[in-house]
Amino acid sequence: MNIIDDIILHSPALIVAIPLLGAFLTPLISKINDKVRNVFVISIVLFTSAIVLLLANDIYSACGKIHTYVFGGTAAITEGGFAVRILFEVDGLNIFMAIITTILAISGVIYSWAFMKENTGLDKYYTLYLLMIAGMFGMILTGDMFNFFVFLEITSIASCALIAFWTSKGKAVDAGFKYIVISAIGALFILFAIAILYGQYNALNMAVLASNIQFSFLDKIALVILISGLAMKAGIVPMHMWLPDAYGRAPASVTLILVGVTQASLYGALRMIFTVYGGKLTTTINQIGDVNIDLNLLLGIFIVGLALVTIFIGVLMALKENNFKRMIAFAAVAEIGYIILAIGAALTTVFSATDPRTGIMALKGGIFHILNDALDIGLLFLVAGAIYYATKETSLNRLGGLARNMKYTTIFFLIGLLAVSGMPPMNGFASKLMIYESTYQVNPILSIIAILCSILLLAVFVKVFHSAFLGPKLPKFDNVKEVPKSMLLAMGIIACIIIFIGLFPDLVVNNIVQPAVNALTNNSNYINNVIGGI
Amino acid sequence: MIYNIPYIAVVALIMIGLYAVVFKRNLIKIVIGILLIENGVNLFLITLAFRQDSIAPIYRGTGSRLMSLPVPHALTLTSIVIGVAVLALMLSLIIHIYRHYGTLDARKIGREEE
Repeated sequence: MNIIDDIILHSPALIVAIPLLGAFLTPLISKINDKVRNVFVISIVLFTSAIVLLLANDIYSACGKIHTYVFGGTAAITEGGFAVRILFEVDGLNIFMAIITTILAISGVIYSWAFMKENTGLDKYYTLYLLMIAGMFGMILTGDMFNFFVFLEITSIASCALIAFWTSKGKAVDAGFKYIVISAIGALFILFAIAILYGQYNALNMAVLASNIQFSFLDKIALVILISGLAMKAGIVPMHMWLPDAYGRAPASVTLILVGVTQASLYGALRMIFTVYGGKLTTTINQIGDVNIDLNLLLGIFIVGLALVTIFIGVLMALKENNFKRMIAFAAVAEIGYIILAIGAALTTVFSATDPRTGIMALKGGIFHILNDALDIGLLFLVAGAIYYATKETSLNRLGGLARNMKYTTIFFLIGLLAVSGMPPMNGFASKLMIYESTYQVNPILSIIAILCSILLLAVFVKVFHSAFLGPKLPKFDNVKEVPKSMLLAMGIIACIIIFIGLFPDLVVNNIVQPAVNALTNNSNYINNVIGGI
Repeated sequence: MIYNIPYIAVVALIMIGLYAVVFKRNLIKIVIGILLIENGVNLFLITLAFRQDSIAPIYRGTGSRLMSLPVPHALTLTSIVIGVAVLALMLSLIIHIYRHYGTLDARKIGREEE
C-alpha cells in the first residue's frame, strides 16, 4: 500500500487535524519572523487543500461512493450494536462543501498576507483563522450529531473573535457580541434538539438516527428546533440582523471565511432535513378533503415563504445602505434567500411520484448556487476590502473616481457585480437560470419575484460601481495606488473560477453538483454505508 | 410525576433565559440569559441519562447494578467546557464595549456615526 492510498484512507481526519495542528503551531512559528509564519500558514492551507482534492478525486471516481472514517476502530457499530463511535462520513454533498471551503480558505490566507500586514497581534489572527477553517471542515465532514455541535461552536468562537479583531472600533466589538449571542443561542437550540433525538433513539450517529427515526411528536419538535437553530446561524430573515454587522465590520479576509461558515450551517440544515429526516419526508401530516398535506410540502412551503422574505428584505436593505461592506452583506442575505428558495421549491416537488424532474432541477440549482454565491459574494467582499485598504473609506458617499487608479480592482468588481446579479456569462447566471426555470414550474410568481429581485440587485451594484469607481477624479485620492500583489492574486483566483464556471457550467453541474444532489435525494446510501453489517 | 420535575425545570430555565435574551437591555443580563439556556440544556442531558435506582456508571466489581447512561454525561462535560469558552469571550467583549461606550445599555451601543 503506497502513501497516497494511506493519505486517502485517513483523509477525513487529516483535513481537520492539519489546520488544527497548524493553528496551535502558528504562535510558535511567528516567534521566528513574520514571513516564515505567513509561508507556514499558506502551506498548511495548501496541504489541506491537496488532501481535499485527493479525497474528492476518490469520491468522484465511482458513482455514489461514500468514504466513512471511524475514529478508534474500523466498524462504525461496536459489538453488541452500540453506535457510540464518532465517525466522519463523506459523500457527494460533503465533498462539494469541502471544495467550496478550500477555495475560500486558499484565497483568504493569500489575501491576508498584504491586507493584514499593518496590524499587530497577527499570530493570534492566524491561529484563529486556521481554527475557523478546521472547525468549518469538521462541520462539513462529520457524521455525528454531537460532533457537529462541537465543530459549530469551535467555528463560532473563532469567528466571533475575528469579527471583533479590530477592537479599537466600537462597532466591530458590538458586531462580535451580536454574533456570539446569536450563534450561542443557535448552537444551544441545536444541542437541545440533539438531546431530544438522543433521548429517543439512544444514538448520535446521523446514519443510525436516520434509519431509526419514527417521526413521533418529539421528533417534530426536534426538527423545528434544529431548523430554527441552523437558520439563525445561516442568517435567514428574521434572524439576519447579526449578519450585516458581522460581515460589515470584520476584516475582509475574515468575511470571506464567514460566508463559508454561513453556508456550512446551511449544509447542516440540508443534512438534517434530507438525510436524518429523509425517510419521513413523505409522511402525511394532515388531510384536507382528499388532499394529503405531506411533511415535505409543508416544510417546502414554509421554507419558500422564508426565502421570499429573505430575498426581499436583503435587496431592499441593500438599496438604501450607504456603507460599502454592509451593502454587500445585505446582498449576501438575498443570495442565501435564492438558495433556500430553490431548496424549498425542490422539497415541494422532488418526492412526487409522477414528475420529480422539477424538484431535481431546483435542487441542482440550489446546490450549484451555494458554490456560486460563495464565490461571488466572496469576491465582492475582497474588492470592498481592497478599497478600504487603499483609501481607508467605507462610505459610498465619500468614494469616487477610483477606476483611474485601481484598474485591476475595478475589473474584479465588474466581474463580481455581473456574477452576483446573474448576468451571462458569469457563474451566477447559470445557477440562477436553473432556479428561475424550476421555480416557474412550481409557481410562476416565485420566479417572477426572484427575477425582479435579481434586477434590483443589479441596480444596487451598478449604483455602487458608478459612485465608487466612475466619475471625476477626487483630489484626496490622488495618492491611491493599486493594492499589493497578494490581494490581487487572491481576487484573481476567485475571478478566474467565476469565469470558468460561467463558461462551462455543464462541466461543474455534471461532475460536482450531480453527486451532491444524488446524495441528498437518496439517503439510503448514506445509511447503509454505516449500518451495512447488521 | 416526581420524575417529570427536572423536565419542567428544563423548560422553565430555557424560557426564562430566552425572555432575558429577548427583552433585557443590559448586556450582562443577556449573557446571564444565555447561561440559563445553557444550564437548561445541560440539565436536560443529565436528566436523560438518569434511570430509576441507578448508580454512577463506574464498575466497582460488587455485582452488577443498574447504571445511568455515561454518554450524556460526556456530552454535558463537553458542553460545559464550550460554555465556559463562550462565556469568557462574551464577557471580554463586554469589557471592550464598556471601554468604548461607557454603558452596557444595548440601545446606546453601536449607534455612533462613522
